Amino acid sequence: MSVVDTMGGPAIAAPTVGSAAPLLAVNGLRHAFSGRSVLADLSFQVERGELFGLLGPNGCGKSTTLRVLTGLLVPDGGELVFDGQAVEPGARPLRQRMGVVFQAPSLDPRLTARENLKLSASLYGIVGTEADRRVAEVLGLADLSQRATDPTGELSGGMKRRLELARALMHDPELLIMDEPTTGLDESAFRKTWERILELRRTRRLTVLFSTHRAEEAQLCDRVAIVDRGAIIAEGDPEALRQRVSGDILTLEASEPEQLAAQIEQRFSLAARVLKGAVVIEREQGHELIPRLVEALPTGRIKSLSMHRPTLADVFVKLTGRSLGDAGPEQPADGEEAGGAPGHG
Amino acid sequence: MPGQNNQQTAKKQGEHRDMAEVSARASNRSVLAQELSTIGVLIRRDLTRFVRERSRIVGALVQPLIFWLVIGSGMSSTFRLPGADSVDYMEYFFPGVVVMVVLFTAIFTTMSVIEDRHSGFLQAVLVAPGSRASVVLGKCLGAATIALVQGSLFLLLSPLAGFELTAIAWPTVFAGLCVTCLALCVLGFGVAWWLDSTAGYHVVMSLVLLPLWILSGAMFPGDAGVLAWIQRLNPMSYAVSLVRRGIYGQALPEGVVLMSGSAALELAVLVAFLSICLAWSVGLCYRRR
Repeated sequence: MSVVDTMGGPAIAAPTVGSAAPLLAVNGLRHAFSGRSVLADLSFQVERGELFGLLGPNGCGKSTTLRVLTGLLVPDGGELVFDGQAVEPGARPLRQRMGVVFQAPSLDPRLTARENLKLSASLYGIVGTEADRRVAEVLGLADLSQRATDPTGELSGGMKRRLELARALMHDPELLIMDEPTTGLDESAFRKTWERILELRRTRRLTVLFSTHRAEEAQLCDRVAIVDRGAIIAEGDPEALRQRVSGDILTLEASEPEQLAAQIEQRFSLAARVLKGAVVIEREQGHELIPRLVEALPTGRIKSLSMHRPTLADVFVKLTGRSLGDAGPEQPADGEEAGGAPGHG
Repeated sequence: MPGQNNQQTAKKQGEHRDMAEVSARASNRSVLAQELSTIGVLIRRDLTRFVRERSRIVGALVQPLIFWLVIGSGMSSTFRLPGADSVDYMEYFFPGVVVMVVLFTAIFTTMSVIEDRHSGFLQAVLVAPGSRASVVLGKCLGAATIALVQGSLFLLLSPLAGFELTAIAWPTVFAGLCVTCLALCVLGFGVAWWLDSTAGYHVVMSLVLLPLWILSGAMFPGDAGVLAWIQRLNPMSYAVSLVRRGIYGQALPEGVVLMSGSAALELAVLVAFLSICLAWSVGLCYRRR
């Protein structure tokens, strides 16, 4: 079974959005690529107006799920229900009512920003003056009115990303699907992109479903589903999920982490695991443990020691025993990350 | 589009159920408009890109011109067409080069399908509401238009080969070129989609299409034996033959076109070839892996 343990922590109130059926329900999605299972009975629901994230490491099946939803892939099994009606993956009404932002750029670099947007408008059947009006509107939205006649290939990474987002909103979709929307963006572009998405959500009745392997991105959601090996292993409010990790997270960098972990387990009867070459300890009142660790271990054994409040990345570690992977900023140097993200939402 | 406006007003009021119905009806009405819009925009995109790349236009004309001049003048001293001594090689070869222009342009233009897939552009097209058949048609009609423009520009050089522009049977030439361009583009699209690699695409094109062109009667007639059979089974022969008929117009000498053919028959074969290619390419495109 896949949908293990759907809501473990304290009761999670669904966000106050539409009372009707969920906008999108994905039931029992299964798929295998040449015998290798990538989706194993994956199910979730996205309520109207919700910001819903699929969090998991690369290759966990989240992008495949989005490919099914956008009609690029027909799964081996499973059912999609959109707006109360069962639909085939990629059914026209579904495609008409959703906007998609891909992980990879999807703009024609040789056409200008305006031409790309007009092209997209035509693909959604929007033509003539209506198309001009919409193009002007989304160009403004993307803050690119001044660059409308520049070839897309000459825009910066952040600008291209904003243009991708603008393109996806061209036809005023109800559901916005984004696959790793901030891949490759630096910290400031990341923040700006999300400010924009959250703003859009407030001003338009937009439901957003996105995939990410970045905990701080998943933290922005109303609800997160943690995906591992093609199934949802936990789902709920990011705060509630974070509370599954009881205390603080201590990270010790050392030259021989396995040895150090064994030593700590022995001396302090604590669970210590080795992740990406560092020893990780989950502990309530972590600050009290720090001086004891430092005193007890011979000098030079620990290269660095840091503490942070649990993030969704730590939840993933707790649930799977593995790390979220190459998520860059998962090991904050000073533990400020935990407080940083919710400021957006 | 009125349907879409209604749709929006309904949405603003938050009437979900009504909206679903409105949009269902609107989408039924606008399916055709949607498809035409998808086809139209893909054609426009290819043309826009084409016009922007002047070097491409020139390159696609100069290369065949040099080819025609070099091969043509080299061969003209030895070439004797059986039964038609009056036909000079430069003249014989010219319609074949016109088809070559079309062939190269079609190959080059449809190759961008691979680039579009890898760059992600195609994904955005495929998740839009238009059908995949429209994507094939749009892309191929765009590419075919470019090929037709290039072929026609080259045709304007036909006086150099001794043809008079006023004597050319233009409807025959255009009918032949239109169907040929589209068929080659659809075939190219299918190969590009199927292989999904630029290198593989080049291999197939140079191992299959180029030999087919060489054996089509473009460079030399296949008057007997195996060559004649290959020629009869080769769709490209019908293209070359039909274009040659058109270019000669009324003054068609003996032995320069397919022996047992007529313009109508050759056009029919080309249309059949186009249909097969289209069925294959569209079929491929609907396989969602």
